Amino acid sequence: MSITAPEPKANMGQPIPRYDAAAKVTGKAQYAADVPLVNPAYACLVTSSIAKGRIDGFDMTAAKQVRGVIDIVTHENAEQLKEAKLFSNGGYAGTTIQPLKSADVAHTGQIVAVVVAETFEAAQQAAYAMKVNYTAAMPSATFDSAGTTSAPAKGQLAQFKEDPKVGDFAKAFNDAEIKVSAAYETPPQHHNPMELFATSCVWLGDSLTIYEPSQYVYGLKNGVAEQLGIDADKVRVINAYVGGAFGSKGSMTPRTAIIASIARRLGRPVKLVATRAQGFTIATFRAETRHEIQIGARRDGHLTALRHESWEVSSRPDPYAVGGTKTTTRLYACPNIESRVSIVRADRNTPGFMRSPPEVPYMFALESAMDELAVALNMDPVELRRVNDTAKEPISGKPYTSRSLMACYDQGARAFEWEKRSPQPKSMTEGDWLIGYGCATSCYPTQMAPAAARVRLQRDGRVRVEIAGQEIGNGAYTVIGQAAAEKLGVPVEKVSVFIGDSDLPPAPVAGGSNSTASTCSTVIKVCEQVRQKLFEALTSNESLTNEAKGTVGMGQTPSTPSASNDRPLDLERAFDALGVSVVEEYGEWKPEGAPMDSFQAMYKGQVRMVGGSEMKDKIAYAFGAEFVEVRVNKWTHEIRVPRLVGAFAAGHIMNPRTARSQLMGGLIWGMSSALHEATELDERYARYVNDNLADYLVPVNADVSDVDVILVAEQDDHINPAGVKGIGELGNVGTNAAVCNAIFHATGQRLRKLPVRLEKLEI
Amino acid sequence: MRPFVYQRASDAPSAIQNLATATAANNVLTEASAQPLAGGTTLIDLMKLDVMRPKAVVDINPLAASWSNVSLDDDNLRLGALARMSDVAANPEIQQHYPVIADTLKLAASPQLRNMASLGGNVLQRTRCSYFRDVSYHNCNKRNPGSGCAALEGFNRSHAVLGTSEQCIATYPGDFAQALMALDATVEITGRSGVRKIRFSDLHKRPGESPQAETTLSPGELISAFLIPGPWPRSVYLKVRDRQSYEFALASAAVALDLQDEVMRDARIALGGVAAVPWRAREAEAILKGQKFDDALIDRAADAAFADARPHRHNVFKVALGKRVISRALHQAATMEI
Repeated sequence: MSITAPEPKANMGQPIPRYDAAAKVTGKAQYAADVPLVNPAYACLVTSSIAKGRIDGFDMTAAKQVRGVIDIVTHENAEQLKEAKLFSNGGYAGTTIQPLKSADVAHTGQIVAVVVAETFEAAQQAAYAMKVNYTAAMPSATFDSAGTTSAPAKGQLAQFKEDPKVGDFAKAFNDAEIKVSAAYETPPQHHNPMELFATSCVWLGDSLTIYEPSQYVYGLKNGVAEQLGIDADKVRVINAYVGGAFGSKGSMTPRTAIIASIARRLGRPVKLVATRAQGFTIATFRAETRHEIQIGARRDGHLTALRHESWEVSSRPDPYAVGGTKTTTRLYACPNIESRVSIVRADRNTPGFMRSPPEVPYMFALESAMDELAVALNMDPVELRRVNDTAKEPISGKPYTSRSLMACYDQGARAFEWEKRSPQPKSMTEGDWLIGYGCATSCYPTQMAPAAARVRLQRDGRVRVEIAGQEIGNGAYTVIGQAAAEKLGVPVEKVSVFIGDSDLPPAPVAGGSNSTASTCSTVIKVCEQVRQKLFEALTSNESLTNEAKGTVGMGQTPSTPSASNDRPLDLERAFDALGVSVVEEYGEWKPEGAPMDSFQAMYKGQVRMVGGSEMKDKIAYAFGAEFVEVRVNKWTHEIRVPRLVGAFAAGHIMNPRTARSQLMGGLIWGMSSALHEATELDERYARYVNDNLADYLVPVNADVSDVDVILVAEQDDHINPAGVKGIGELGNVGTNAAVCNAIFHATGQRLRKLPVRLEKLEI
Repeated sequence: MRPFVYQRASDAPSAIQNLATATAANNVLTEASAQPLAGGTTLIDLMKLDVMRPKAVVDINPLAASWSNVSLDDDNLRLGALARMSDVAANPEIQQHYPVIADTLKLAASPQLRNMASLGGNVLQRTRCSYFRDVSYHNCNKRNPGSGCAALEGFNRSHAVLGTSEQCIATYPGDFAQALMALDATVEITGRSGVRKIRFSDLHKRPGESPQAETTLSPGELISAFLIPGPWPRSVYLKVRDRQSYEFALASAAVALDLQDEVMRDARIALGGVAAVPWRAREAEAILKGQKFDDALIDRAADAAFADARPHRHNVFKVALGKRVISRALHQAATMEI
């Protein structure tokens, strides 16, 4: 595995180092909980040990005796906050379950009290000393538990628009020459970002400043204002860096308004850092899913029928679902398709986005089934994908704006040396180890959302870019700086980027892999406004020749000329002509097809995401092909992954270095999704058992020896001005299926239920 | 964490005095109101989780000058209890003459933990049972004697199948202890009345009716050293786990062989990840001893080791896995180049 930055290929930017790299590795980067506060009080949460029932009362005697305790807030004395609407139904929140509102308990680990003290230690000690008396009822934990209810997702959830369908599946499947029917299952998972769920709230008069790791500072600002019943302009959310999020910090959790309310009541700043275990229940998670797939095919491999039915677990009040059939029904050419998604309600916290929310579980099912079909056809799995590759999605015939799936397969297969695979299961061994090669398709919708930015250019060539995006480890600072530098023709070192502050111009949630496409397209547009202003000043100066106006350089030529004013400008002459030393422009950008109310919604912290399968006359996805080598010990059944190879095509790559890191992390996550990560439930209590990083396994370096990322050159002029397809959630899609496909090849045993554990192998 | 008094011991007698005085009222050592602090990798962790709530913590690290020596003479190894896991794992003499000891230390925890953790603290590491480590579960006989065992009918994949009781099925989590078991180590214990020695196999108590009582140490007693007869150049530790590093064993075996002309003059087997306490598979050893190394015999020995296994809902696999681990470890030991 090479550690040097990859060389840019066609339509790729420069692999410059991360803007924030030195700050992060030297500990200078200030995360939300690192921000020093004046005279803070410290909050600790007390969470419920039952999943369903009522709080009968509290015994606070011992807690109140702890020296330094200031306040203990419960439903009996808390401010009654306004309701929060679900993000996926047009609101801001990840759950509508509002703690401290009543004596009711809706899930395990629900906040039942907040202890506030002069020191963190006193708050924690008092929290330990709190006694909560409950009347517990029997909870319904998950699928098959008594008391759960199931209903179609369609109609319950605004985000879930359709059960895609075309042709006559039943007849086509009945008539099919080759058939595959199988059921698959994925477990609950938790994001477990390194940075815990922290919130500090500081009031100055009637203005509130919140330091909190968020993927969406604008959403959080508006959501908290709504819950507190104050003007959103009075709320500011700041986070210069977010220490990992993966979807868990995309929507508002109940804690923020609660801490803000307590800070207001106490008249002093309040700081909360929830524990690792509390993070499992006070925020969202990836819920367990079940899938039934039926595929009918001709003997030559062409699909004739596909059915994908799925069930997902959600909480009692909230109809959350990821609904990945919108992807799986459109991936391969097939004339007869049917799908359905249902939501099963249990006594759990509300699930939510987790990196590639629909694709991770749904593509596991489809890409496992495709491998089963390849086995049934006695066909190479790569060739099966080639036979069913399509330029148009099969549900309504819309063309893919670009699709380099087979280029990814071909380049990936070459790097992996796929041709050395002997097709028969259990046919490759080395000593005590059975060797298996597997592959699967990766894909992720290309999404964009409206944003605004402010760009200031100085006579000396220095540039300041302001946009309320978020640095969640995605490289936002770096690529935004690159976009501005390229457009304005200045060296990237001259660009300062300001993000992570809701007082900056609004940007969408850093989720759905839309961030780079949206923020860079917006910054490019506003830089064009700056150029236009300078260009107009120059062209109105009649003493200059046309040659001087257009070609006297101010540095490098922009690499992606697209507007009429893209020629290099002479900065000093332009500023002379204008008679000023600074040009500053504010601009808004929205993607093609964005709804009419996009900009108004943007200022209210509501995202109008456009893209993927939901555009009117086209469909936009990034693609990849992933190859996995597994080794299974024939005695102990230990599973090792010596090699992961992923080839990905995603339009314009802003920065091959940061892109490769994203995709490499994604591949490792994807492997982890198959072999390691699972939140274990004690079904008696509907409680998470392994709610810590020692027992919730994520891979260590030793678990994956070699990860190879191939960036496949691709140009797409039909998506956004930056030409960018999101990659943040591309790398970890399909990897879980590729791992299980490789295990089948190694052992002859098909594993359809994740996570894979060695005891599931019967070799 | 709850407030506690921190005392830094100046020498062994003062440390013992402080520990003994504070704990006199409590006969369950692991719940004693004063706790010795060495590497702190278990104690501090459990204090943060509110599982352990000592009123006083006695820092015994100042005793390291006299209690961290490693010496090998007359084929006997002496390991000071305050030696750090990483130092002992990296010792070339131990790697050569007692590879199983170096293996158990090297395969445990993470480098950061091994740099901190002491040998004495390591053998006293407490179980990783999730129900023990989460105080919001009332029913844990180890924490609240008589309250029941949440793991019996709960999620018990990592739990023990050997040496358990109806009161507790928690697994003893350590690795190093298996090497000490296999090699018939002796523990040197320093207390108020001086030094006493016991067999390592007498240090831990099976849960039985009182899972809260984990060791035979008395209040104020400290492990000062381990004495291990040997050498055992033909010895290995095989550890099978869910990820390749920084994870506890699902099943492990510390094996030592005295092999001459394919005959096992002596065979030692201790098992980790499957038992309530450090576990010696004596029935298996008896089948092997004096016999020629043979696959069928080894299978019979592995079966014997798990004859009394009592699996629960999620850990049934540990019986078959444990047997395979014994077999593979014996094969590895037999084929070692020494």
